[in-house]
Amino acid sequence: MTRFVRSVLGVAATTATLALGAGQAFAQKEVVFGLQCDRTGPTANVGTVLCPGYQDYIALVNSKGGVEGYKIKVLEIDNEYKVPPAIEAHERFKKEGAVLEGLYGTPQTAALNKKLEEDKILGTSPGFGTSPAADGKRFPYTFPIAASYWSQGGAAVAFAKEKLGTLKGKKIAYLFYDNPAGKEPLPILEDLAKAEGFELRTFAVPAPGLEMGAQILDITGRYKPDFIITHLFGRAPSVSIKELKGKGFPLSKVVAFVWGSSEADIIAAGGMGTAEGYNTIQFAGVGKDFPVIKDIEAMYKAQGKQPPKEMDSTVLYNRGVLVAALHVEALRNAIKAKNGAMPTSEEVKKGMEAVKGFTLGGLVPPMAITPTDHEGGGWVEVWTVKGGKLERTKAWFQGNRPVIEKHLAADASKS
Amino acid sequence: MFHRESGVFKTTYAADMALYPLPIAKWTMIALAVIFVLIVPMMVHEYYLSILNLIFIAIVGALGLNILVGYTGQISIGHGAFMSVGAYTAANLAVKLGLPFWLTLPAGGLMAALIGVVVGMPSLRIKGLYLAIATLAGQLIIEWTINRVPAISGGAQASIEVDRPSLFGFAFNTQGRLYFFLLFFAVIAIVATLNLVRSRIGRAFVAVRDQDIAAEIIGINIYRYKLLAFAISSFYAGVCGVLYTYYFGIANYEQFQLIVSIDYLAMIIIGGLGSVLGSILGATFVTLLPIVIRIFMENVGGLFFTAAEMANVISGLRLGVFGGLIIFFLIVEPEGLNRLWRNIRSYFRVWPFSY
Repeated sequence: MTRFVRSVLGVAATTATLALGAGQAFAQKEVVFGLQCDRTGPTANVGTVLCPGYQDYIALVNSKGGVEGYKIKVLEIDNEYKVPPAIEAHERFKKEGAVLEGLYGTPQTAALNKKLEEDKILGTSPGFGTSPAADGKRFPYTFPIAASYWSQGGAAVAFAKEKLGTLKGKKIAYLFYDNPAGKEPLPILEDLAKAEGFELRTFAVPAPGLEMGAQILDITGRYKPDFIITHLFGRAPSVSIKELKGKGFPLSKVVAFVWGSSEADIIAAGGMGTAEGYNTIQFAGVGKDFPVIKDIEAMYKAQGKQPPKEMDSTVLYNRGVLVAALHVEALRNAIKAKNGAMPTSEEVKKGMEAVKGFTLGGLVPPMAITPTDHEGGGWVEVWTVKGGKLERTKAWFQGNRPVIEKHLAADASKS
Repeated sequence: MFHRESGVFKTTYAADMALYPLPIAKWTMIALAVIFVLIVPMMVHEYYLSILNLIFIAIVGALGLNILVGYTGQISIGHGAFMSVGAYTAANLAVKLGLPFWLTLPAGGLMAALIGVVVGMPSLRIKGLYLAIATLAGQLIIEWTINRVPAISGGAQASIEVDRPSLFGFAFNTQGRLYFFLLFFAVIAIVATLNLVRSRIGRAFVAVRDQDIAAEIIGINIYRYKLLAFAISSFYAGVCGVLYTYYFGIANYEQFQLIVSIDYLAMIIIGGLGSVLGSILGATFVTLLPIVIRIFMENVGGLFFTAAEMANVISGLRLGVFGGLIIFFLIVEPEGLNRLWRNIRSYFRVWPFSY
């Protein structure tokens, strides 16, 4: 019995010490960031690489003394790509006093738009959510901070035009995942088809997108397009590369949207060597040739550790770094605006709206986030598989921006 | 609930049919009502209220599914889709016609009931796994329809934003206010189900479940009652979808995909098929367990793992422990948490003189 009592006391003492320790840590100047992630759900292939990228950048900032003297604490919650856990995560972030949060998932972003506005906490939704969310007047607390599907559609057509010389009389096939996200760029593509005079035909792939033999046969055998734009998710991009390659269609005349453009997608389709010429749209820089990536590697080396294997999947890892860097930049702007005092979540939102000319050595596009444009201009790069790795073919550009802006304005007047 | 009777003293039919036969049972209910209406919303942080809100919505859906699967014995993998029917009906009515929630909510339920009857038609000819696949087809057809018909889905993004519900100018726009909004409907759903299952209809459902041929012989119109079960169950699902819509502020069909149907089936199987308390326990368990595991790991995991490892460890462990606990509970008591609770009660009923 005494042994039992002693062990109980021991546990109590340990708990008390921990609690005290936690209290001391809190005494430091600390800011909380919330991050939603999908490490176990249907899009875990993205989350398991993107989120370590986010965490590593924050660790790097903290190891260099934090932001203007403030350390950042990241509270990461795995929402499994389900909506109720995402709501719970948001409430938890709010309870812990998070000044901003990284959202994850299109339905989750949709379900949280309103809550973000009510609670005055900004949420970033890079690469998902709806395109009209770029309009800061309509969605004041939602920040896509990366090219929306509309902007990607505009960029894809601009790239095709560059490749083919002119689009007049050409045929373009749009191969997309049959869900709202897949259909989103359609109005942009249809508009551009009229303006540029090309013929557009759409080919829907039903979920989960692992079987598209019929669509590919239709495209390559019957339609015979001059160019293909693909917008697929999950394992579907790999299948599309494999099938197109199998039918002998030149991959250099294919351009993929951002969720079909990671190294893992290409490797799963048979390896980098076989996908020669495949073009990908990117909203963050690719590869390890950036000072910030070198810094993260140095940070790991200084701790006597090997850099994690996630860093090799540079497309997704760098996106995580981009999101973290923009979060930190928003916080930095907010702290500077308050002369070093702790900012509120509303001030951090203003800080995010002041992000401009912050490129992190080319990893982040030359975007300017403003109170009206939360997308930052819709910048993308095109990277192409060349000689077994991704290489930059077209540096940061905004494709067909006037068309996107026209649609944003039209959508704003509709509501 | 926490009491035991010393004998049977009922002298009237009314006393025999009372929902709470003992005074102490009534007092327990009153105490619970006071706790949930007064004490919880005043004492508890908004974050915990938000979790309770999610549980309340899940209870409504789980009760509905339990009426169909647990009481009537007709399996459905289409309940996620019925929720989306309710959600889009309410959202369209609220946005296009500007109707208030007390009209859109029953309308969403009724529309879901209508669709539920259509999807439930095959139950007249087939049962068991065959019916499961028929309702699965219903789920996929409804998803496809919403995705493809802009008149329902409101455009390419297939989502319709709705305003917060309001009553006489009072908007339910914080977690604390939504708590009362959702508690109200959860309580109505619970009381309605309690009364439904001991009515003529409820007993007919149980007869159909236990042996449909025998039920037909004693004069129960099984076609009628099977379809009625689908209608009532889908009505609950539709209301659940409407509650989600108002809670999220948006109707989006991606929130009601196949995985949601499976989640709700898991709730009632863990909680206990054919029991009201089981639906409540199951909805609570499935919603709460991942959160509890995560909070536990955040506090204890730091002793064993570095911060960088924690994220992966928590996610992985949560899935593992969640699955493990479900298997454990179902091995200990295959009839679910409700039966486990009754076993505990009957053990303490005669305790300490268990012989």
